[in-house]
Amino acid sequence: MDNEFIKNRMHVTRRHFLGKMSLGLGSVALGSLLIPDLFSGKDDTPFPVGLPHFAPKAKRIIYLFQNGAPSQLESFDYKPLLSKMRGEELPASIRMGQRLTGMTSGQKNFPLVGSHFKFQQYGKSGAWVSELFPNTAKIVDELCFIKSMHTEAINHDPALTFMQTGAQQGNRPSMGAWLSYGLGSENKNLPAFCVLLSRGRGNGQGVYSKLWTNGFLDSIHQGVQFSSSEERVLYLKDPNGRDREDSRKMLDHLAQLNELNYQEFGDPEIQTRIQQYEMAYRMQTAVPELTDLAQEPDHIIKMYGADCLTPGTYASNCLLARKLSEAGVRFVQLYHQGWDQHGNMVGEMPLQAQDVDRATAALIMDLKQRGLLDETLVIWGGEFGRTNYCQGDMSNNNYGRDHHPRCYTIWMAGGGVKPGIAYGESDEFGYNIIRDPVHVNDFHATVLHLMGLNHEQLNFKHLGRRYRLTDVAGKVVKGILA
Amino acid sequence: MRFLCLSLALLSFSLLSSCKREGRIALQKDSVDFNLHIRPILSDRCFKCHGPDGGQRKANLRLDLRENALAHLKDNPNEFVIVPGNAAKSELFRRISAHDTAQLMPPVKSNLKLNEDEIALIGKWIDQGAHYKKHWAFIPPQPVVVPKVNTNAWPRNDLDRFTLARMEEAGLVPNEEADKERLLKRVSLDITGLPPSLEVQEKFLHDSSPSAYEKLVDALLSQAQYGEKMATYWMDVARYADSHGYQDDGLRTMWPWRDWVIHAFNENYPYDQFVTWQLAGDLLPGATKEQVLATGFNRNHKITQEGGVIQEEYRIEYVTDRTNTFGKAFLALTFECAHCHDHKYDPISQKDYYSTFAFFNQVPEKGLVGDITLASLADPPKIKFTSQEINDLYTYINKKDTAAVEVMVMRDSARRPTYILKRGAYDAPGDRVSFGVPSAILPYDSMSYGANRLGLAKWLFDKKNPLTARVFVNRMWQEFFGRGLVKTSGDFGMQGEMPSHPELLDWLALDFMNNGWNIKRLVKQIVTSATYRQSSVMDKDKMAVDPENILLSRGPRVRLSAEAVRDLALASSGLLVKEIGGPSMKVYQPKGIWESSTSGRGVLARYIQDHGDNLYRRGLYSFIKRTVPPPGMLMFDASNRDQCEVKRLRTNTPLQALMLMNDPTILEASRVFAQRLLAEKSTAEEKITKAFRSIVCRDAKPEELALLIQYFEDEKMKFEKSPAKARQLIKAGEYPQPGTNDVVTHAALMQVIHTVYNMEEAITKT
Repeated sequence: MDNEFIKNRMHVTRRHFLGKMSLGLGSVALGSLLIPDLFSGKDDTPFPVGLPHFAPKAKRIIYLFQNGAPSQLESFDYKPLLSKMRGEELPASIRMGQRLTGMTSGQKNFPLVGSHFKFQQYGKSGAWVSELFPNTAKIVDELCFIKSMHTEAINHDPALTFMQTGAQQGNRPSMGAWLSYGLGSENKNLPAFCVLLSRGRGNGQGVYSKLWTNGFLDSIHQGVQFSSSEERVLYLKDPNGRDREDSRKMLDHLAQLNELNYQEFGDPEIQTRIQQYEMAYRMQTAVPELTDLAQEPDHIIKMYGADCLTPGTYASNCLLARKLSEAGVRFVQLYHQGWDQHGNMVGEMPLQAQDVDRATAALIMDLKQRGLLDETLVIWGGEFGRTNYCQGDMSNNNYGRDHHPRCYTIWMAGGGVKPGIAYGESDEFGYNIIRDPVHVNDFHATVLHLMGLNHEQLNFKHLGRRYRLTDVAGKVVKGILA
Repeated sequence: MRFLCLSLALLSFSLLSSCKREGRIALQKDSVDFNLHIRPILSDRCFKCHGPDGGQRKANLRLDLRENALAHLKDNPNEFVIVPGNAAKSELFRRISAHDTAQLMPPVKSNLKLNEDEIALIGKWIDQGAHYKKHWAFIPPQPVVVPKVNTNAWPRNDLDRFTLARMEEAGLVPNEEADKERLLKRVSLDITGLPPSLEVQEKFLHDSSPSAYEKLVDALLSQAQYGEKMATYWMDVARYADSHGYQDDGLRTMWPWRDWVIHAFNENYPYDQFVTWQLAGDLLPGATKEQVLATGFNRNHKITQEGGVIQEEYRIEYVTDRTNTFGKAFLALTFECAHCHDHKYDPISQKDYYSTFAFFNQVPEKGLVGDITLASLADPPKIKFTSQEINDLYTYINKKDTAAVEVMVMRDSARRPTYILKRGAYDAPGDRVSFGVPSAILPYDSMSYGANRLGLAKWLFDKKNPLTARVFVNRMWQEFFGRGLVKTSGDFGMQGEMPSHPELLDWLALDFMNNGWNIKRLVKQIVTSATYRQSSVMDKDKMAVDPENILLSRGPRVRLSAEAVRDLALASSGLLVKEIGGPSMKVYQPKGIWESSTSGRGVLARYIQDHGDNLYRRGLYSFIKRTVPPPGMLMFDASNRDQCEVKRLRTNTPLQALMLMNDPTILEASRVFAQRLLAEKSTAEEKITKAFRSIVCRDAKPEELALLIQYFEDEKMKFEKSPAKARQLIKAGEYPQPGTNDVVTHAALMQVIHTVYNMEEAITKT
């Protein structure tokens, strides 16, 4: 597709395109791919948007979502007091009227329980990490732990929806969609927002496509789910009996037919349609090339673990995330399911940790060795924390923890965050935040900030109201900015 | 006449809101109109802090009420916010035109700005006396005189006189009437959601009588497929789905309600009856089971099955959903904004919100429903239909087996008190409220309407209600023209757009009410108008002046809905199974979509695809699992049925291209169509011509035909060299495959037909 073709056959005016763009700023980026001089300012209307709002620290995000809420108390928030007070009742002065889920509201006692797993300090930063995460322990100096996250939701669905869309209810666009809208795609052959799913061996809660919804934004901003099957993107594969060359031929005929129709009707949508077929065709080549992980060198495979050659595993998704991100995908969203340890913490937590620990650390090191960590923001964490008291029966060898919205731990690494720090702090019961709380809205504001976007300015008017990812709140957490 | 001039100025604004030249045109107009020009600016830029929301109001100043806006300044009794007739002396004008950013309004921090023209408009409005008007949508529709036009030969009905008057005013000439082929495709798709069959095409194209078109419209309106098409739209409004939503997302059975909706449209229930039954059928004196079934409308919202939720939190969520749906579906107001605080733009206080909420707060229900592992079909309240009843009385419920079926419906329990919920939080009750509505719309008189949902329905259909009829005729207009007369069909409030043809909207609304809320009549009125029948060719000059076709000087040209894309493929290829209603279908879907997202609990954890006839039912019967809706339909902007939706986006994306190229349904339709044509004794050219006519609904142009025949010959040659590829290609889909000797021709023809299905015109109402 060269410029001549576009000049001669793409009768779409710049103004029409910009008109279309009001649906979403992100498609401006798409527009500029289709019309190279879209932003050259030759037209008389000045281009109205200039995004990002300021110099970004990160260009891309990989969000390793730990779905189900991994316990902070068995991973990164070390609370020895809980072991000392094992079996003692959670003091009312600590609980302070915190509401309970329906699962523990009938429980008579709330006995404290400490981590079954040992903790140790690592790295120059001296970060506490449990024995379940030996590989993460090796890279703690790259990580910025936020130990004071808190949310408003107490159940999975609303909490996940809140983390992803900034609202517990309602059909709002998810983070990735907002970034696609705000910044567009860096790669003309790939969607700006990609979603990868995996499932661990622990108690799982499922994910929902509304988590990667475009909400009221143009559907071009919807997360594109990559599957573990042979066909990585839905409808990507040519049908059996039709190869690439055949498809090319079909598209050439199709373009001619559409062009004839354009001559009769003059509808710019027809030209857009022709262009979208071209992008679809390019995706069909680009995606299989990119998702062919077997082509990765041995040392990379070794880093991520042999699992990474099995499609649909977390390790495989981490490696794929690196490749997509490297290729310019703005937002790669992973979900790893199975972190809902209401019971059997001792049995399930190690399995879950085993699934993610090695590949997560490998991803950070891999990005670093490629010089990409500085411009890529990696986020690891779930939708809320877990209670410091036991849910259900507590035996000598096992226990469980209920949902805890008031305090939990996530970490970030790379693009624009301070490495090797722990921000915020929970009390010695691991129950309340005693320093620097970070609300979900603050988290979103900060992530947007790192991407060069002002969370108050990135908005979209829908049904009479300007919506933001941070709704009406949120402040940038300056303490974690590098 | 003033309306027209001003609306033209408004049009210019919407064409290029920041273009100064256009803005000045508005300024040359003699009189600035509050509703058309000023309120939209004040609402959008000022009301957030100086509007109806008392909680957020700054400096105790509100600009939405004249008496407050004319008040003196808090700290200076000699200075006034607005001095009618004197902008220069008005603090409001001084502040919006200040150079000092510390003085400037809106403040820099707000990210809101007024442009020069907007400032000048406000100045002019103050100079002219700063007259306020009630928001247009809250003034009941007024009788309108049908305007006079110059070209009397053009209008086919009164509706056309309104559109033509505007066109003439703007110096635009309507397009020619669309050619018969295109008009037939357009009106068939619009009324039945299906393309015209070859027989219908034949009949209509050869009927040269003056009444040919009207006869066609009547025939289409009498087809059962009309009800399906209308129901598809209504299912979005009603957020219909086959699963409960939320985490585990178990199975629910609401399809008998959907079957009733199809039935209701086909029986042409008047709109007031149609909605009253859905809102309050259970409260009608001697309510029939049909009337109770209709109330399933308000039980279509999501329901959680997540163990451990706090029951009351979710019960409140459901009442909230019903309240918001009521506001959006019937009144086109953003009620949800008043859930946590007074509405920032519209006169809906938080108290109003919870007063309306009270109507929907009386259901004997719980927050947590059933047990996911038992695949509970419905929790109370519900209604049961036995097989006998269905056979004898409720024949529109398409149930084949003999088991009874239960559906969730509405019922009022003993009165539950309703409180304002502070910040919208379920556990923060404030003052108690009684039944009511935002009185700015139309005050609620409990004595005459009654204090329950039936009363609310009476209030809704009170002829003095300014919104109900307007909102519905506007939605119907949107269905046929792709754009409502009020573009923001879900928001008739201050932040919504002004109607492009306010008088036409009023005329239609009054006409609709005065003729018994007759929906088929309204549809016929629209599709028989000259406005609708215009060709959709986009003339360059018109595109320059009116690219959005606000003035309607051309016919609609709109991409088909997700459901219609599917239906087109099935109908044209002959695969369509025209059975009406029944349980939803699990059609072809890429593998693993449900499985990779599920919690693993319940009968919907795995996708078990249907076979046989169920694969070939219309799109509206596709099974909607809320947390994982059919991906191909989402790509074409179908609703995920999370909440009430009154308008779908209409995007144009690469994923749509991928789907049309590789989706098994489209491939199968191409294969089966080719198979059928091969069985006919005709030439390749005749076969291609027939396929083209069935899919695009017109004769191929000579160059199109030449291109496709050449393509067919090329493909044939290719497949002759590799017949194995041909054999693979024609395997598409599960539909039976009679053994054929000529796989090469079959595959080549399939390729050609598949290409035609991918044509932009094929999936476009042209």
